[in-house]
Amino acid sequence: MALRDLSSSSSSPELHVLAVDDSFVDRKVLERLLKISACKVTTVESGTRALQYLGLDGDNGSSGLKDLKVNLIVTDYSMPGLTGYELLKKIKESSALREIPVVIMSSENIQPRIEQCMIEGAEEFLLKPVKLADVKRLKELIMRGGEAEEGKTKKLSPKRILQNDIDSSPSSSSSTSSSSSSHDVSSLDDDTPSSKRIKLESRG
Amino acid sequence: MDALIAQLQRQFRDYTISLYQQGFLDDQFTELKKLQDDGSPDFVAEVLTLFFEDCVKLISNMARALDKTTGAVDFSQVGASVHQLKGSSSSVGAKRVKALCVSFKEYCEAKNYEGCVRCLQQVDIEYKALKTKLQDMFNLEKQIIQAGGIVPQVDIN
Repeated sequence: MALRDLSSSSSSPELHVLAVDDSFVDRKVLERLLKISACKVTTVESGTRALQYLGLDGDNGSSGLKDLKVNLIVTDYSMPGLTGYELLKKIKESSALREIPVVIMSSENIQPRIEQCMIEGAEEFLLKPVKLADVKRLKELIMRGGEAEEGKTKKLSPKRILQNDIDSSPSSSSSTSSSSSSHDVSSLDDDTPSSKRIKLESRG
Repeated sequence: MDALIAQLQRQFRDYTISLYQQGFLDDQFTELKKLQDDGSPDFVAEVLTLFFEDCVKLISNMARALDKTTGAVDFSQVGASVHQLKGSSSSVGAKRVKALCVSFKEYCEAKNYEGCVRCLQQVDIEYKALKTKLQDMFNLEKQIIQAGGIVPQVDIN
């Protein structure tokens, strides 16, 4: 299974997930949750290491690690050094990376914190401990992709703490047609409020 | 041999259920079991091993931070380790350890030295107790497999 990129011709492309957590136990569990959900996983123990992996640290020498495009970033909120929120911000500020969906995990159900993350552009906010059902739901959400939203104006809906109320109408047709441009700002039907286009490069 | 297997399986089932009933484990442990399969047959044991190592390290950090002989106690430092332990205990379903961490955290926030010291002692006892229980449980699993049986899925209520 030597996937060099995600244009593998198998029926469903595998997501490559970057999992960021300072807890060794949580990294191990998260890795397994993701692998069992048919994702490729890379784990790192800090926001700084995540940025290095993503090539955002300005040091191009470290890009040897990055041979697989990242399709999803799942990060813990409370980490020493760069918090998950700060990592989220850096990713969304980067033109190269802002389209990668970022999911924040936290053991604490703090509404203002959740809203702050959603406003900053997080795809989802998961409460720890993370369960298999959470990962499955997350994967479905990400794979569904959908229309692009305005790149920066993510202040649309702070109430995006969507759990199960995701409109499941298929919007895949419009997503494949617009998958070529990186900054497509057309948001047509807003039926899938949490949709974010993923550059899965699965263009047949 | 079948009678032996059946007996071991029954023991295993009863023992596992008792761990849940006595509050040692919660349904996050059940979630971990879902992640174990023929491809990763020792996943749960591996994660729990990591967890117990974490306990040793974090408890030692807490003890050091609560050591008055080195100066004033830094409760935020204690709290940081407690927060980490709370997180990993939650992730593996170590219910009692997690509950203790919740109280421990409150004592840290209140800068209650005696309360913290008490919690530290209790957390140490509790993780060791869980470790022993789980070792017994894993041993039963091993015995079942060695007798040629399969480890039953235990349905908690």
